[in-house]
Amino acid sequence: MSEVAENAGRLDVAAPAIELIGISKAFGSVQANKDISMTVAKGAIHGIVGENGAGKSTLMSILYGFYKADSGSVKINGVPTVINDSHDAIAAGIGMVHQHFMLVDNFTVLENVVLGAEEGATLGPSLRKARKELKRLADEYELDVDPDALIEDISVGFQQRVEILKALYRQAEILILDEPTGVLTPDEADHLFRILRNLKEQGKTIVIITHKLREIMDVTDSVSVMRRGEMTKTIATSSTSPEDLAEAMVGRRVLLEVNKSPAQVGETVMEIVNLSVTDAHGVKRLKNVSFELKRGEILGIAGVSGNGQSELLEVISGIGAAQSGEVRMQGEAIDISPKANAGMRRARGIGHVPEDRHQRGLVMPFMTWENTAFGYHNEPEYSKGFGLANQKYMMQDAREKMERFDIRPPIPQLIASSFSGGNQQKIVLAREIERNPDVLLIGQPTRGVDIGAIEFIHQQIINLRDAGKAILLVSVELDEIQALSDRILVMFDGVIQGERLPENTNEGELGLLMAGVDPEAKA
Amino acid sequence: MLDFLTNDLLQLSDSAVRFAIPLLLACLAGLYSERAGIFDIGLEGKMLVAAFAGGAFSAFAGMSVADGGWGMGGWAVWVGLGAAIFASIMLSMIHAFASITLRGNQLISGVAINFFAAGITVLVGQYWFKMGGQTPQLRGGQRFEPITLPFAEALRDVPVIGSIYYDLISGHNIIVYLGFLIVALTWWILFRTRFGLRMRAVGENPGAVDTAGISVVKLRYSALIITGILCGLAGAYLSLGTAAAGFGKDMTAGRGFIALAALIFAKWKPIPAMWATLLFGMLEAIGSKYQTLDLGIIVLPGQFMQALPYILTVVILAGFVGKAIPPKAGGEPYIKER
Repeated sequence: MSEVAENAGRLDVAAPAIELIGISKAFGSVQANKDISMTVAKGAIHGIVGENGAGKSTLMSILYGFYKADSGSVKINGVPTVINDSHDAIAAGIGMVHQHFMLVDNFTVLENVVLGAEEGATLGPSLRKARKELKRLADEYELDVDPDALIEDISVGFQQRVEILKALYRQAEILILDEPTGVLTPDEADHLFRILRNLKEQGKTIVIITHKLREIMDVTDSVSVMRRGEMTKTIATSSTSPEDLAEAMVGRRVLLEVNKSPAQVGETVMEIVNLSVTDAHGVKRLKNVSFELKRGEILGIAGVSGNGQSELLEVISGIGAAQSGEVRMQGEAIDISPKANAGMRRARGIGHVPEDRHQRGLVMPFMTWENTAFGYHNEPEYSKGFGLANQKYMMQDAREKMERFDIRPPIPQLIASSFSGGNQQKIVLAREIERNPDVLLIGQPTRGVDIGAIEFIHQQIINLRDAGKAILLVSVELDEIQALSDRILVMFDGVIQGERLPENTNEGELGLLMAGVDPEAKA
Repeated sequence: MLDFLTNDLLQLSDSAVRFAIPLLLACLAGLYSERAGIFDIGLEGKMLVAAFAGGAFSAFAGMSVADGGWGMGGWAVWVGLGAAIFASIMLSMIHAFASITLRGNQLISGVAINFFAAGITVLVGQYWFKMGGQTPQLRGGQRFEPITLPFAEALRDVPVIGSIYYDLISGHNIIVYLGFLIVALTWWILFRTRFGLRMRAVGENPGAVDTAGISVVKLRYSALIITGILCGLAGAYLSLGTAAAGFGKDMTAGRGFIALAALIFAKWKPIPAMWATLLFGMLEAIGSKYQTLDLGIIVLPGQFMQALPYILTVVILAGFVGKAIPPKAGGEPYIKER
């Protein structure tokens, strides 16, 4: 009898909408997902939080059939389901709003919705049906969009609605949103959350990937935390706090060992005053950012990527332009209009190690002796006059730099792409540091760099500081920021969320700031 | 003046249509390929091989059995047409395999096809016919004959309308009429069918197509099969439907590239493609009708007149005719991003 009751009890409980069992996925040597299991109840809004590269997007792309898991299985509504491609995912009732929208820019809203869900060989009937259906969905979920507008003519917020409409039009019962508020204005984000709550009321299941803890606390019923490819925690939102989540997200890290004497801070060399940047879509990337940079200090900027750090580096290094504000170098304002360029910055003594060394730091198919001179190739010592390059000197110069920076193998004729990540980064560092800049901007100095090289690179940065230079360090690696910085600024959503001294803070507090929560304001 | 209108203009228009047809078919062929996101500078090569295959197989099929042919009489031209289309599709599939499956460089693949075509046609032609790369002169059932439309004879003497109908509209071969039909059909396919919607989407954002659960690879292969068919028709027209009556070495004479220029001029749309190729056809017609043109102040030499279509090509490709935005995903192999 008890057995019958138990079975009956099971039948009463609806099967979870999503069940992931032991999902693993590796890209080359990088384990993006390690044995991940997760359940999401039907009709729930479930959040997945984690830092950059924690494996959130990979996990959801597996669920949507964009990648194939190396191992593990998926159940949808309790039914084991094999999802080989997006077609299978759609058939299983899963819809996904990608971080970068999957829309055809010169199609109308209607055409985008219909694409892939046509009813027959000719379009007329499908378009008529979709027009009617869009009207119904608009009324039901506050999802109004002009069906005849071209995608390229509507705002990012509306484009996102089209993505949601696409999923609903395909009868999706499960909706996955990848960083949905990253591109939205605050008003648009509020509207999105209203839509999501409406969808939930209609019994849809929603999974939302984000790094913003406030959103998680606001909108979700349950939340999973991912760190370095693993799922560290799954909990009901009501029984957790931003502090708990931040800790689970960032983890207790072993501090990197860095030999560092106390900073001998000198006079201010660079001032950033009310700097604001608006991107091509009208989204504010940088909002009235102000700070000072002094000789002999390393100023670390922490934050999850995409919160304005890249734009900040681009403006200061002359690659990008700012709409308002000022950058002063030794008291004198420098050009931050679109007319500025990186060469002008170098002439002012501002060196730059770009975040993306493959795109901006090096010319990959070019040889090392060329790469060690780029940007400075017009300097007199590299020239033989008449616009001719002094190859012999450039070669000699490269050989010396390779020796001093322990770049292996020290052969100037090797092309940049033949070196490991660590050695490539050392080529960039050698070029910029040996120019003896007053200010060095460094973005993600150790991304994709092996442990041995990390230590070396950190030491070079500290040596430069000790030589009385000012260093602005941008990194998404919190432990790197903590180990190197003499002062830490945390950026979130284009503003400086807080300033801390490394000795007076911990990763928990920094993690909260990175997720947009100010612990002091709350207390 | 009236004489000029009724005779010269009509005659010019008539030959403009004849010159325009191979350009039009090749241009539409390129439209399918490029709309699907695959650049195709191999139109020239596909046309050339199709022209050769058409000429050669029509010659074989039309020759009597006693002369070593297949004695197929009036069917010969259709055998030629089939061979032309088949050969062109084969080349198109090589391009598809290189650029879709192997994700190679589409321009290099196209250049390779052009070189291959220039060589293989002459080589095989010489081996088969021993006429310096030419195919034998085609006659009767080996060629497409002009079609006289209904009432053309009866209406011939009606002023203006009658002569337009008789001289300009009637009296072309089947491929000419087919060409204009394909313009309308292409418009309908592109803008009114599921296949057209998906094809336009895959040339703009293959990611959108993939995430909508549609195979990018199948779509692009399908588009390139159509490209093959249309290049086949264009080539067959050159060897089986013009006064050349047979294949001659390099007989496409850059028409594949002119068709590409017309495609850009037409902004990848079928109806403007028709007008663009008719414009090129008209320039070619003027060039061949007037050896020199006396403008009163200067006399334009014949070489200049013949160079007109090529000059317009350069002008178009240099971007003097306004901004032409190609399909966004054109030239890029589709790889699922990380």
